[in-house]
Amino acid sequence: MSTTTTTTPTVTEQQSTPTLEKGYIGQSIPRREDKRLVQGLGTFFDDMRRHGMGYVHFVRSPYGHAKIVSIDVSKALELDGVYGTITGDEVAIHTEPFFEMSVEPGANIKDYALAVGRVRHTGEPVAAVCAATRELARDAADLVEVEYDPLPVLVDAEESLKDETVLHDDAGSNVVWSGVFDWGDIDQALADADHVVKIERLHFHRFSSTPLECAGALVEYDKGTAEWTLHCNHQMPGVGAIWMAPALRTGIDKLRFVTQDIGGGFGNKICLHPQYVVLCLLARKLGRPVQWTEWRTDQHTANAHGNERTFLDIEVGVMADGTMTGFKVRALDDCGAFPRYEPLGCIIWAQVTPGLYGWRNIRVDFTQVCTNKSPVSPNRGYSRMQHLWLTERIADIVATELGIDPVEFRKKNYVKTEQMPYETPNGCVYDSGDYAAALDIALDLIDSGSIEDRRKEAAARGKLLGFGIGSTLDSGTNNFGQSTLLNPDLQFSGNNEAASVKLDIFGEVVVTLGTVPQGQGHETTAAQVVADILGCSPEQVNVRRGHDTWFNSHAGFSGTYASQFAFTGLGAVKGAAELVRAEMVQLAAAVLQAPEEAIELADGFARIKDGPEEAALPFMALGAIVNANNAFLPPDFNPTLNHRYVCRPYFGMVDTEKKTGQLTLTYATQIHAAVVEIDPETGVVDVVDYAAVDDCGIRINPQIVEGQVHGATTHALGAALSEEFVYDEEGTLLTSNFYDYHVPHALDMPPLKTGSMESPSPVAPLGAKGMGEGGGGGIHCVCAAIQDALGAAGKAIVYTSCNPPHRVWSMLQDPEATRANVSVVSK
Amino acid sequence: MGTPAPARSRAISLEVNGEAVEYEVPARRLLVHFIRDDLGLTGTHVGCDTGNCGACTVHVDGVSVKSCMLLAVQADGTRIATVEGLAADGELTALQRSFNEHHALQCGYCTPGMLMSATALLEQNPHPNEDEVRVALQGNICRCTGYVNIVEAVVAVGEGTS
Repeated sequence: MSTTTTTTPTVTEQQSTPTLEKGYIGQSIPRREDKRLVQGLGTFFDDMRRHGMGYVHFVRSPYGHAKIVSIDVSKALELDGVYGTITGDEVAIHTEPFFEMSVEPGANIKDYALAVGRVRHTGEPVAAVCAATRELARDAADLVEVEYDPLPVLVDAEESLKDETVLHDDAGSNVVWSGVFDWGDIDQALADADHVVKIERLHFHRFSSTPLECAGALVEYDKGTAEWTLHCNHQMPGVGAIWMAPALRTGIDKLRFVTQDIGGGFGNKICLHPQYVVLCLLARKLGRPVQWTEWRTDQHTANAHGNERTFLDIEVGVMADGTMTGFKVRALDDCGAFPRYEPLGCIIWAQVTPGLYGWRNIRVDFTQVCTNKSPVSPNRGYSRMQHLWLTERIADIVATELGIDPVEFRKKNYVKTEQMPYETPNGCVYDSGDYAAALDIALDLIDSGSIEDRRKEAAARGKLLGFGIGSTLDSGTNNFGQSTLLNPDLQFSGNNEAASVKLDIFGEVVVTLGTVPQGQGHETTAAQVVADILGCSPEQVNVRRGHDTWFNSHAGFSGTYASQFAFTGLGAVKGAAELVRAEMVQLAAAVLQAPEEAIELADGFARIKDGPEEAALPFMALGAIVNANNAFLPPDFNPTLNHRYVCRPYFGMVDTEKKTGQLTLTYATQIHAAVVEIDPETGVVDVVDYAAVDDCGIRINPQIVEGQVHGATTHALGAALSEEFVYDEEGTLLTSNFYDYHVPHALDMPPLKTGSMESPSPVAPLGAKGMGEGGGGGIHCVCAAIQDALGAAGKAIVYTSCNPPHRVWSMLQDPEATRANVSVVSK
Repeated sequence: MGTPAPARSRAISLEVNGEAVEYEVPARRLLVHFIRDDLGLTGTHVGCDTGNCGACTVHVDGVSVKSCMLLAVQADGTRIATVEGLAADGELTALQRSFNEHHALQCGYCTPGMLMSATALLEQNPHPNEDEVRVALQGNICRCTGYVNIVEAVVAVGEGTS
């Protein structure tokens, strides 16, 4: 049923200067993490126990929006085995509200670790109970009596915009942030266009990647030093600490984050600071370690959804030859009850402003509002995915309405490989790539030449067959300076990541990472890079698992997010390894009494090139000299063989007036192609053929890259066909577990074919681009394929990103309802 | 919102990974929490509250079972195998090796359940085809891999190519 085909890699000609010869880099070395994980010997936070540990359970709001009249914890405290409780009133006394990134009105929102006086979404924590067992904590939570006074509920962003009900009185409006991005001259472009295609409304739905391991932490408080240790699965501890420390009225040095194995993150473990602050307060209040493991229902209801976005009043200028010159749109983003990581989503999309296309005139009028739904957080493809879906919907709708073949339309409008590096209208630089060539690989993989025959054959069986393309860019290595395009007063810019490499006494090469892997295989790929630099095998390199603030190998933006490990994470590893290498060469030259140029590091030895066999020092000798036998070294020569390196990519400053700048550094390309069959009786969509082509520059470990492509594709297919957080009008989430929120199972998956090409990044330390998020290519191409299939049944326009059977069936019944959204004005 | 009934417990005896175990457990404790919290065998994972995800899959008397769907007391008198028992002698099984070779895991959280479901399949059907593997693993959710490499890894064991 499933076949995986990897095409012969096509290496495009780019001005790239990767400094390393391919040795272990570029090989599909089986992962070293696996040995422990296949034996059940990984350590996830919930595997840890402490003497006297208490289990925490949150008391959560059953209402979408309500005043809290009173909270009575007395009956819970009477239960044997209950250690204590905490409520919003205590949180308001002992902490500050979390720092908000927006300008006004969003800046005035007060977001505490527990609800204070009011709940704003179903599942919002209003109190927490700590008890001797999981079961007792849950029992005790049931005994906490909360009286609510329900308020009107907002579950629609456009309703929210009216401010008839305001969620945050301090802000005085439901708007978090709004602003206009205007590059080029869209009014002129539309006036000059031969066709203006208008689309009234498109909607990108709410879903999330739902990692299989829920969120949580084991938190210990040291009363003597006033330090907290969080054994946790936060995937961005650097920024987590920036939120938490001021709220807890302490310094960042008092928060030690420790991660080991993490059961998936996908961005959904970035906004855990509210729950973690509650755990910190409880650990301190109760004088004992406390542990919280989120329940699946709670994760779906009240942790981290992806951003929901409505696109309104879209107008696209197109010339007679099919060239798109620009577009304008009003984007309305729904961030749920609290902004948390937002309003960053109001700018992150701008990393890929024109998508893969040559549009030079773009205006985006962007507004973000709060609603009575779960807060959002970054979710695989964060904010770019929503915007790229818009650009891909525009491409297909324009092509269909103007009667142009979508493949030829894309090739005509794609940025060309000879234009690389390409500066977008807002000053981002697409570093390398050949979109048309990647598209050709995808077309070959699904045998696009046979589509019309397959369409006829399917029609004979009563099925509607359709074919679609999704083109995306995975922008990697975030410039945090883009936050100042939202709020010029923010003191964030650039990016950084750290790593350390040392050579120890017996020749052990030890690497520590600031990154926080959750399945991406960092231990393996970091070992490959270090082995090539130091001249040993990856087996000789011990990359420590996880992140520990006490490793001192982290930086302000440490974490695994935003497709950047290949740049900043491995850039830091490379930098540290090269510092150690330089000292190893110096030391060997001194000991062997040879010039440094004559020394080579290979096979675990430092030796004289082409020298006698005995003129070689094993790594153990070098490690032992420096660490344990160094009296003979001269006073002016002090190698440490132990180096920390911070990779700080260069972006330059952003222009806050023009809203331009290098918002990110590398752009991996994904071209996905899908063939679907629709059963017109039921609206069921079956993906019958699928290809995903990825170009992320140099692949450190192609097998790991392909695994990321599989995963991103699967998330996109789930989102396109079934995964949706659906609320009723009272703000109750109807899809709060894996029964109602259907993620793909093994039987749901279509045959996946993958292809690849390598356009090395001219700016990344190893020529490798960040990848893994994938920008939702599967959503775009499935939407396109459904629309193509519906062409034979009334030409409905696919207007939303999630198309489960009932929605497809509706489009089949009333295609005109969707077509009313679209019009073409031609001169 | 009534006062919960007092916790009641019961003594159970069973065999876990070949070792006899006797334990006094609360009557309402889930088997998965007994395995993880009481026995300390933390390779068996919890990914949902509803029996959908299969991360907690173990073998009870040779049959693969979601251990969050049983109470510990229901396991009284049974023979249980967990992921820790697969390579009990320190030697990885062919399936475990195949998962590594085929990159069939990323975060590793679903992996123990996948391995237990696939091991049960291979015991009954040593040479499954791809469709049979997918049917056998439909009760196990993976959010990282898209199942592609997992299915390949299991098929390869049956074909003797791993």
